Amino acid sequence: MPLKLEIVTPEARIFSDEVDTVVLPGYEGEMGVLPAHSNLVTTLLPGELRITKAGKTTEMAVGEGLVEVTGTVTRILTDAAVDADKIDEKAVEEALERAQKSLAELKPGEQQEEIAAVMAMIQRSTAQLHIKRKRKTV
Amino acid sequence: MPSTRDIRRRIKSVKNTAQITKAMQLVAAAKMKKAQDQASNGRAYAEMLNKVLVNLKEQAEEGAHPFFSEGKGTKTLILLIASDKGLCGALNTNLFKKLITTQFEGDAEYVTIGKKSVQAINRLRRALLADFPIKDPAHFAEVRAVGRFIQEKFCTGDYKKVFVVFNNFINTVTVVPTVEQLLPVNPVTLGGKRDFAPEIETATATTEYTFEPSAAVVFETVLPQYVNNTIYQMVLESRASEHSSRMVAMKNATDNAKQMIKDLSLEYNKLRQASITNELLEITTAKMALE
Repeated sequence: MPLKLEIVTPEARIFSDEVDTVVLPGYEGEMGVLPAHSNLVTTLLPGELRITKAGKTTEMAVGEGLVEVTGTVTRILTDAAVDADKIDEKAVEEALERAQKSLAELKPGEQQEEIAAVMAMIQRSTAQLHIKRKRKTV
Repeated sequence: MPSTRDIRRRIKSVKNTAQITKAMQLVAAAKMKKAQDQASNGRAYAEMLNKVLVNLKEQAEEGAHPFFSEGKGTKTLILLIASDKGLCGALNTNLFKKLITTQFEGDAEYVTIGKKSVQAINRLRRALLADFPIKDPAHFAEVRAVGRFIQEKFCTGDYKKVFVVFNNFINTVTVVPTVEQLLPVNPVTLGGKRDFAPEIETATATTEYTFEPSAAVVFETVLPQYVNNTIYQMVLESRASEHSSRMVAMKNATDNAKQMIKDLSLEYNKLRQASITNELLEITTAKMALE
Protein backbone atom coordinates (compact mmCIF):
# COMPACT_ATOMS: atom_id res chain seq x y z
CA MET A 1 0.00 0.00 0.00
CA PRO A 2 1.53 3.30 -1.03
CA LEU A 3 1.65 6.38 1.12
CA LYS A 4 0.47 9.61 -0.41
CA LEU A 5 2.34 12.68 0.73
CA GLU A 6 1.08 16.20 0.27
CA ILE A 7 3.02 19.31 1.26
CA VAL A 8 1.21 22.63 0.98
CA THR A 9 2.39 26.14 1.85
CA PRO A 10 0.44 29.42 1.61
CA GLU A 11 2.28 30.14 -1.65
CA ALA A 12 1.81 26.86 -3.46
CA ARG A 13 1.33 23.12 -3.38
CA ILE A 14 4.96 22.00 -3.08
CA PHE A 15 4.69 18.27 -3.23
CA SER A 16 1.99 15.74 -4.04
CA ASP A 17 3.07 12.21 -4.84
CA GLU A 18 3.17 8.66 -3.57
CA VAL A 19 6.23 7.84 -1.46
CA ASP A 20 7.66 4.92 0.50
CA THR A 21 8.40 6.76 3.68
CA VAL A 22 8.76 10.25 5.05
CA VAL A 23 10.74 11.44 8.08
CA LEU A 24 9.62 14.75 9.54
CA PRO A 25 10.51 16.98 12.49
CA GLY A 26 7.49 16.61 14.78
CA TYR A 27 6.74 18.17 18.12
CA GLU A 28 8.41 15.37 20.06
CA GLY A 29 11.41 14.88 17.81
CA GLU A 30 11.98 13.26 14.45
CA MET A 31 9.20 11.01 13.35
CA GLY A 32 9.14 8.47 10.55
CA VAL A 33 5.91 7.73 8.75
CA LEU A 34 5.39 4.51 6.85
CA PRO A 35 2.27 3.35 5.02
CA ALA A 36 -0.56 2.25 7.35
CA HIS A 37 0.65 4.51 10.13
CA SER A 38 -1.97 5.02 12.81
CA ASN A 39 -3.95 8.28 12.65
CA LEU A 40 -2.04 11.11 14.17
CA VAL A 41 -2.05 14.89 14.33
CA THR A 42 0.98 16.82 15.47
CA THR A 43 2.64 20.15 15.00
CA LEU A 44 5.61 20.50 12.69
CA LEU A 45 8.78 22.23 13.82
CA PRO A 46 11.27 23.99 11.55
CA GLY A 47 13.81 21.44 10.39
CA GLU A 48 14.62 18.78 7.90
CA LEU A 49 12.19 16.54 6.11
CA ARG A 50 13.32 13.42 4.26
CA ILE A 51 11.25 11.73 1.61
CA THR A 52 12.21 8.28 0.35
CA LYS A 53 10.81 6.98 -2.87
CA ALA A 54 12.12 3.89 -4.64
CA GLY A 55 15.40 4.01 -2.71
CA LYS A 56 15.99 7.67 -3.51
CA THR A 57 15.97 10.17 -0.68
CA THR A 58 15.04 13.84 -1.15
CA GLU A 59 15.62 16.37 1.57
CA MET A 60 13.56 19.45 2.23
CA ALA A 61 13.76 22.30 4.70
CA VAL A 62 10.39 23.03 6.28
CA GLY A 63 9.01 25.68 8.60
CA GLU A 64 6.38 25.53 11.33
CA GLY A 65 3.11 23.86 10.60
CA LEU A 66 0.66 21.06 11.07
CA VAL A 67 0.92 17.36 10.17
CA GLU A 68 -2.04 15.10 9.68
CA VAL A 69 -1.30 11.41 9.23
CA THR A 70 -3.84 8.80 8.23
CA GLY A 71 -3.10 5.27 7.01
CA THR A 72 -2.96 6.31 3.37
CA VAL A 73 -2.33 10.04 3.30
CA THR A 74 0.12 12.31 5.06
CA ARG A 75 -0.71 15.97 4.80
CA ILE A 76 1.83 18.58 5.78
CA LEU A 77 0.74 22.20 6.08
CA THR A 78 3.70 24.46 6.66
CA ASP A 79 4.64 28.09 6.18
CA ALA A 80 7.67 27.21 4.08
CA ALA A 81 9.11 24.20 2.30
CA VAL A 82 12.23 24.33 0.15
CA ASP A 83 13.95 21.54 -1.72
CA ALA A 84 17.50 21.06 -0.38
CA ASP A 85 18.95 21.51 -3.87
CA LYS A 86 17.20 24.80 -4.30
CA ILE A 87 18.34 26.44 -1.10
CA ASP A 88 20.31 29.55 -1.90
CA GLU A 89 22.85 29.65 0.90
CA LYS A 90 23.73 33.28 0.41
CA ALA A 91 20.14 34.48 0.30
CA VAL A 92 19.27 32.50 3.41
CA GLU A 93 22.27 33.89 5.26
CA GLU A 94 21.18 37.40 4.36
CA ALA A 95 17.63 36.69 5.49
CA LEU A 96 18.94 35.32 8.76
CA GLU A 97 21.04 38.40 9.31
CA ARG A 98 18.11 40.67 8.56
CA ALA A 99 15.87 38.75 10.93
CA GLN A 100 18.40 38.94 13.75
CA LYS A 101 18.82 42.63 13.19
CA SER A 102 15.10 43.33 13.34
CA LEU A 103 14.84 41.13 16.43
CA ALA A 104 17.41 43.33 18.14
CA GLU A 105 15.39 46.41 17.19
CA LEU A 106 12.10 45.08 18.51
CA LYS A 107 11.57 45.75 22.18
CA PRO A 108 10.65 42.80 24.35
CA GLY A 109 7.14 42.93 25.75
CA GLU A 110 5.83 44.86 22.78
CA GLN A 111 4.75 43.45 19.47
CA GLN A 112 4.68 39.86 20.65
CA GLU A 113 3.37 38.74 17.29
CA GLU A 114 6.16 40.32 15.36
CA ILE A 115 8.80 38.85 17.61
CA ALA A 116 7.24 35.43 17.14
CA ALA A 117 7.26 35.92 13.38
CA VAL A 118 10.91 36.94 13.36
CA MET A 119 11.85 34.03 15.61
CA ALA A 120 10.11 31.64 13.23
CA MET A 121 12.03 33.20 10.35
CA ILE A 122 15.31 32.66 12.21
CA GLN A 123 14.50 29.05 12.96
CA ARG A 124 13.50 28.47 9.36
CA SER A 125 16.69 30.00 7.99
CA THR A 126 18.85 28.10 10.45
CA ALA A 127 17.23 24.83 9.45
CA GLN A 128 17.83 25.56 5.78
CA LEU A 129 21.47 26.44 6.35
CA HIS A 130 21.94 23.34 8.44
CA ILE A 131 20.75 21.07 5.66
CA LYS A 132 22.78 22.84 3.01
CA ARG A 133 26.00 22.66 5.00
CA LYS A 134 25.49 19.06 5.98
CA ARG A 135 25.18 18.13 2.35
CA LYS A 136 28.39 19.93 1.47
CA THR A 137 30.49 17.99 3.96
CA VAL A 138 29.25 14.63 2.71
CA MET B 1 -29.13 70.85 -34.41
CA PRO B 2 -25.64 71.16 -32.93
CA SER B 3 -22.99 73.00 -34.91
CA THR B 4 -19.90 71.24 -36.22
CA ARG B 5 -17.85 73.06 -33.64
CA ASP B 6 -19.96 71.65 -30.80
CA ILE B 7 -19.53 68.13 -32.11
CA ARG B 8 -15.78 68.59 -32.53
CA ARG B 9 -15.58 69.71 -28.94
CA ARG B 10 -17.55 66.73 -27.71
CA ILE B 11 -15.40 64.28 -29.65
CA LYS B 12 -12.34 65.76 -28.04
CA SER B 13 -13.71 65.46 -24.55
CA VAL B 14 -14.85 61.86 -25.04
CA LYS B 15 -11.42 61.03 -26.43
CA ASN B 16 -9.83 62.36 -23.25
CA THR B 17 -12.15 60.27 -21.11
CA ALA B 18 -11.35 57.19 -23.17
CA GLN B 19 -7.66 57.81 -22.67
CA ILE B 20 -8.08 57.97 -18.89
CA THR B 21 -10.24 54.86 -18.65
CA LYS B 22 -7.84 53.01 -20.93
CA ALA B 23 -4.94 53.88 -18.63
CA MET B 24 -6.91 52.76 -15.60
CA GLN B 25 -7.80 49.55 -17.35
CA LEU B 26 -4.13 48.79 -18.01
CA VAL B 27 -3.15 49.54 -14.42
CA ALA B 28 -5.97 47.36 -13.10
CA ALA B 29 -5.02 44.55 -15.48
CA ALA B 30 -1.45 44.53 -14.20
CA LYS B 31 -2.59 44.51 -10.58
CA MET B 32 -5.23 41.92 -11.34
CA LYS B 33 -2.70 39.43 -12.62
CA LYS B 34 -0.70 39.67 -9.40
CA ALA B 35 -3.73 39.59 -7.13
CA GLN B 36 -5.22 36.59 -8.91
CA ASP B 37 -1.98 34.63 -8.69
CA GLN B 38 -1.67 35.43 -5.01
CA ALA B 39 -5.24 34.39 -4.33
CA SER B 40 -5.13 31.13 -6.25
CA ASN B 41 -1.75 30.12 -4.80
CA GLY B 42 -2.95 30.49 -1.24
CA ARG B 43 -6.20 28.64 -1.80
CA ALA B 44 -4.86 25.10 -1.51
CA TYR B 45 -3.31 25.81 1.88
CA ALA B 46 -6.31 27.65 3.29
CA GLU B 47 -8.77 25.03 2.12
CA MET B 48 -6.73 22.09 3.30
CA LEU B 49 -6.18 23.65 6.71
CA ASN B 50 -9.89 24.24 6.91
CA LYS B 51 -10.70 20.65 5.91
CA VAL B 52 -8.27 19.20 8.44
CA LEU B 53 -9.68 21.34 11.24
CA VAL B 54 -13.28 20.58 10.35
CA ASN B 55 -12.38 16.90 10.58
CA LEU B 56 -10.62 17.42 13.89
CA LYS B 57 -13.59 19.33 15.20
CA GLU B 58 -15.72 16.22 14.75
CA GLN B 59 -13.18 14.10 16.61
CA ALA B 60 -12.31 16.52 19.37
CA GLU B 61 -14.12 16.36 22.66
CA GLU B 62 -16.67 19.03 23.43
CA GLY B 63 -14.90 22.19 24.52
CA ALA B 64 -11.42 21.08 23.40
CA HIS B 65 -10.81 24.63 22.25
CA PRO B 66 -13.03 27.74 22.47
CA PHE B 67 -12.86 28.15 18.70
CA PHE B 68 -14.69 24.86 18.20
CA SER B 69 -17.87 25.87 19.99
CA GLU B 70 -20.25 28.80 19.85
CA GLY B 71 -19.71 31.66 22.27
CA LYS B 72 -22.05 32.10 25.22
CA GLY B 73 -23.30 35.54 24.18
CA THR B 74 -26.02 36.32 21.68
CA LYS B 75 -24.23 38.88 19.53
CA THR B 76 -22.75 38.24 16.11
CA LEU B 77 -19.45 39.65 14.95
CA ILE B 78 -19.14 40.43 11.26
CA LEU B 79 -15.97 41.18 9.36
CA LEU B 80 -16.77 43.12 6.20
CA ILE B 81 -14.09 43.19 3.52
CA ALA B 82 -14.63 45.70 0.71
CA SER B 83 -12.35 47.80 -1.48
CA ASP B 84 -10.66 51.10 -0.64
CA LYS B 85 -11.47 52.72 -3.95
CA GLY B 86 -14.48 52.92 -6.19
CA LEU B 87 -14.77 52.77 -9.99
CA CYS B 88 -15.00 49.00 -9.93
CA GLY B 89 -18.51 48.46 -11.24
CA ALA B 90 -21.19 47.04 -8.97
CA LEU B 91 -18.67 45.14 -6.83
CA ASN B 92 -19.22 46.91 -3.51
CA THR B 93 -22.91 47.58 -4.11
CA ASN B 94 -23.56 43.88 -4.62
CA LEU B 95 -21.57 43.03 -1.52
CA PHE B 96 -23.53 45.44 0.66
CA LYS B 97 -26.79 44.21 -0.82
CA LYS B 98 -25.80 40.72 0.22
CA LEU B 99 -24.97 41.99 3.70
CA ILE B 100 -28.32 43.74 4.08
CA THR B 101 -30.35 40.79 2.86
CA THR B 102 -28.58 38.27 5.11
CA GLN B 103 -30.20 37.67 8.49
CA PHE B 104 -27.85 37.34 11.46
CA GLU B 105 -28.82 36.10 14.90
CA GLY B 106 -28.89 38.66 17.68
CA ASP B 107 -27.25 42.07 17.46
CA ALA B 108 -24.59 42.35 14.81
CA GLU B 109 -21.40 44.28 15.39
CA TYR B 110 -18.97 45.05 12.64
CA VAL B 111 -15.26 45.06 11.96
CA THR B 112 -14.29 46.46 8.59
CA ILE B 113 -11.47 46.35 6.08
CA GLY B 114 -11.48 48.96 3.31
CA LYS B 115 -12.78 52.53 3.17
CA LYS B 116 -15.92 51.63 1.26
CA SER B 117 -17.05 49.25 3.97
CA VAL B 118 -16.61 51.88 6.71
CA GLN B 119 -18.73 54.28 4.67
CA ALA B 120 -21.39 51.66 4.17
CA ILE B 121 -21.57 50.70 7.85
CA ASN B 122 -21.81 54.35 8.85
CA ARG B 123 -24.53 54.97 6.29
CA LEU B 124 -26.48 51.96 7.52
CA ARG B 125 -26.02 53.16 11.12
CA ARG B 126 -24.72 49.82 12.32
CA ALA B 127 -22.36 49.29 15.26
CA LEU B 128 -18.77 49.62 14.10
CA LEU B 129 -16.12 48.18 16.44
CA ALA B 130 -12.94 48.69 14.48
CA ASP B 131 -11.63 49.49 11.05
CA PHE B 132 -8.34 48.14 9.74
CA PRO B 133 -6.64 49.82 6.81
CA ILE B 134 -4.88 47.25 4.67
CA LYS B 135 -2.48 48.29 1.94
CA ASP B 136 -2.41 46.97 -1.56
CA PRO B 137 -0.92 44.40 -2.05
CA ALA B 138 -1.95 43.03 1.34
CA HIS B 139 0.73 41.94 3.78
CA PHE B 140 0.21 39.09 6.17
CA ALA B 141 1.47 41.15 9.12
CA GLU B 142 -1.36 43.68 8.68
CA VAL B 143 -3.96 40.97 8.50
CA ARG B 144 -2.56 39.36 11.63
CA ALA B 145 -3.66 42.44 13.59
CA VAL B 146 -7.22 41.90 12.34
CA GLY B 147 -7.05 38.23 13.26
CA ARG B 148 -5.83 38.98 16.75
CA PHE B 149 -8.58 41.53 17.31
CA ILE B 150 -11.28 39.11 16.20
CA GLN B 151 -9.87 36.28 18.32
CA GLU B 152 -9.75 38.49 21.40
CA LYS B 153 -13.33 39.57 20.82
CA PHE B 154 -14.50 36.00 20.33
CA CYS B 155 -12.67 34.83 23.45
CA THR B 156 -14.60 37.33 25.60
CA GLY B 157 -17.61 35.08 24.99
CA ASP B 158 -19.93 37.95 24.04
CA TYR B 159 -20.28 36.70 20.52
CA LYS B 160 -21.98 33.56 19.41
CA LYS B 161 -20.49 33.42 15.96
CA VAL B 162 -18.11 35.30 13.69
CA PHE B 163 -18.93 35.79 10.03
CA VAL B 164 -16.94 37.23 7.17
CA VAL B 165 -18.65 39.04 4.29
CA PHE B 166 -16.38 39.31 1.29
CA ASN B 167 -16.20 39.01 -2.48
CA ASN B 168 -15.31 35.49 -3.46
CA PHE B 169 -13.24 35.45 -6.62
CA ILE B 170 -14.29 32.77 -9.12
CA ASN B 171 -12.82 34.16 -12.33
CA THR B 172 -12.23 37.52 -13.97
CA VAL B 173 -15.87 38.11 -14.87
CA THR B 174 -17.52 36.19 -12.03
CA VAL B 175 -17.34 37.47 -8.48
CA VAL B 176 -19.72 36.16 -5.85
CA PRO B 177 -20.53 38.19 -2.73
CA THR B 178 -20.21 35.58 0.01
CA VAL B 179 -20.99 35.20 3.71
CA GLU B 180 -18.83 32.59 5.45
CA GLN B 181 -18.75 31.52 9.08
CA LEU B 182 -15.25 31.97 10.45
CA LEU B 183 -15.78 30.95 14.07
CA PRO B 184 -16.60 28.42 15.39
CA VAL B 185 -14.61 26.47 12.82
CA ASN B 186 -16.85 25.55 9.93
CA PRO B 187 -16.31 24.37 6.34
CA VAL B 188 -15.36 27.36 4.20
CA THR B 189 -15.35 27.51 0.42
CA LEU B 190 -12.91 29.78 -1.32
CA GLY B 191 -12.70 30.46 -5.01
CA GLY B 192 -14.07 28.17 -7.67
CA LYS B 193 -11.89 25.11 -7.31
CA ARG B 194 -12.80 22.37 -4.89
CA ASP B 195 -11.14 19.47 -6.67
CA PHE B 196 -9.46 17.96 -3.62
CA ALA B 197 -12.37 18.33 -1.22
CA PRO B 198 -14.23 14.99 -1.54
CA GLU B 199 -11.05 12.94 -1.31
CA ILE B 200 -10.21 14.32 2.12
CA GLU B 201 -13.67 13.77 3.47
CA THR B 202 -13.76 10.09 2.56
CA ALA B 203 -10.26 9.45 3.83
CA THR B 204 -10.84 10.71 7.34
CA ALA B 205 -14.55 10.51 7.89
CA THR B 206 -14.46 7.64 10.37
CA THR B 207 -10.97 7.91 11.80
CA GLU B 208 -9.86 8.82 15.26
CA TYR B 209 -6.64 10.66 15.87
CA THR B 210 -3.81 10.48 18.32
CA PHE B 211 -2.58 13.93 19.21
CA GLU B 212 1.06 14.55 19.82
CA PRO B 213 1.81 15.86 22.42
CA SER B 214 -1.85 16.64 23.20
CA ALA B 215 -4.94 17.96 21.49
CA ALA B 216 -4.78 21.16 23.53
CA VAL B 217 -1.23 21.99 22.42
CA VAL B 218 -1.95 21.25 18.78
CA PHE B 219 -5.09 23.38 18.75
CA GLU B 220 -3.42 26.15 20.69
CA THR B 221 -0.76 26.53 17.98
CA VAL B 222 -2.84 25.78 14.92
CA LEU B 223 -6.15 27.56 15.50
CA PRO B 224 -4.89 31.15 15.83
CA GLN B 225 -2.80 30.49 12.74
CA TYR B 226 -5.89 29.17 11.01
CA VAL B 227 -7.96 32.26 11.80
CA ASN B 228 -5.23 34.62 10.58
CA ASN B 229 -4.59 32.65 7.45
CA THR B 230 -8.26 32.34 6.55
CA ILE B 231 -8.80 36.07 6.91
CA TYR B 232 -5.69 36.71 4.85
CA GLN B 233 -6.94 34.42 2.11
CA MET B 234 -10.33 36.16 2.15
CA VAL B 235 -8.61 39.53 1.81
CA LEU B 236 -6.67 38.16 -1.15
CA GLU B 237 -9.87 36.90 -2.76
CA SER B 238 -11.45 40.32 -2.27
CA ARG B 239 -8.46 42.08 -3.76
CA ALA B 240 -8.45 39.79 -6.78
CA SER B 241 -12.17 40.48 -7.21
CA GLU B 242 -11.65 44.22 -6.88
CA HIS B 243 -8.97 44.47 -9.53
CA SER B 244 -10.80 42.17 -11.91
CA SER B 245 -14.03 44.13 -11.56
CA ARG B 246 -12.21 47.39 -12.05
CA MET B 247 -10.49 46.07 -15.14
CA VAL B 248 -13.80 44.90 -16.60
CA ALA B 249 -15.58 48.15 -15.67
CA MET B 250 -12.82 50.25 -17.24
CA LYS B 251 -12.75 48.10 -20.33
CA ASN B 252 -16.48 48.64 -20.77
CA ALA B 253 -16.04 52.37 -20.25
CA THR B 254 -13.29 52.50 -22.87
CA ASP B 255 -15.37 50.50 -25.34
CA ASN B 256 -18.38 52.74 -24.78
CA ALA B 257 -16.28 55.86 -25.27
CA LYS B 258 -14.89 54.47 -28.53
CA GLN B 259 -18.38 53.69 -29.79
CA MET B 260 -19.44 57.20 -28.87
CA ILE B 261 -16.51 58.72 -30.77
CA LYS B 262 -17.50 56.67 -33.79
CA ASP B 263 -21.12 57.83 -33.64
CA LEU B 264 -20.14 61.45 -33.13
CA SER B 265 -17.65 61.35 -36.00
CA LEU B 266 -20.31 59.99 -38.30
CA GLU B 267 -22.68 62.74 -37.31
CA TYR B 268 -19.95 65.32 -37.74
CA ASN B 269 -19.08 64.10 -41.22
CA LYS B 270 -22.72 64.06 -42.24
CA LEU B 271 -23.12 67.61 -41.06
CA ARG B 272 -19.98 68.71 -42.86
CA GLN B 273 -21.12 67.04 -46.07
CA ALA B 274 -24.53 68.63 -45.75
CA SER B 275 -23.05 72.10 -45.46
CA ILE B 276 -20.81 71.52 -48.50
CA THR B 277 -23.74 70.31 -50.55
CA ASN B 278 -25.70 73.31 -49.45
CA GLU B 279 -22.97 75.68 -50.50
CA LEU B 280 -22.63 74.02 -53.90
CA LEU B 281 -26.33 74.27 -54.33
CA GLU B 282 -26.26 77.96 -53.55
CA ILE B 283 -23.44 78.62 -56.02
CA THR B 284 -25.20 76.75 -58.78
CA THR B 285 -28.45 78.56 -58.11
CA ALA B 286 -26.68 81.91 -58.14
CA LYS B 287 -24.97 81.07 -61.43
CA MET B 288 -28.19 79.97 -63.05
CA ALA B 289 -29.91 83.17 -61.94
CA LEU B 290 -27.22 85.26 -63.69
CA GLU B 291 -27.63 83.52 -67.01
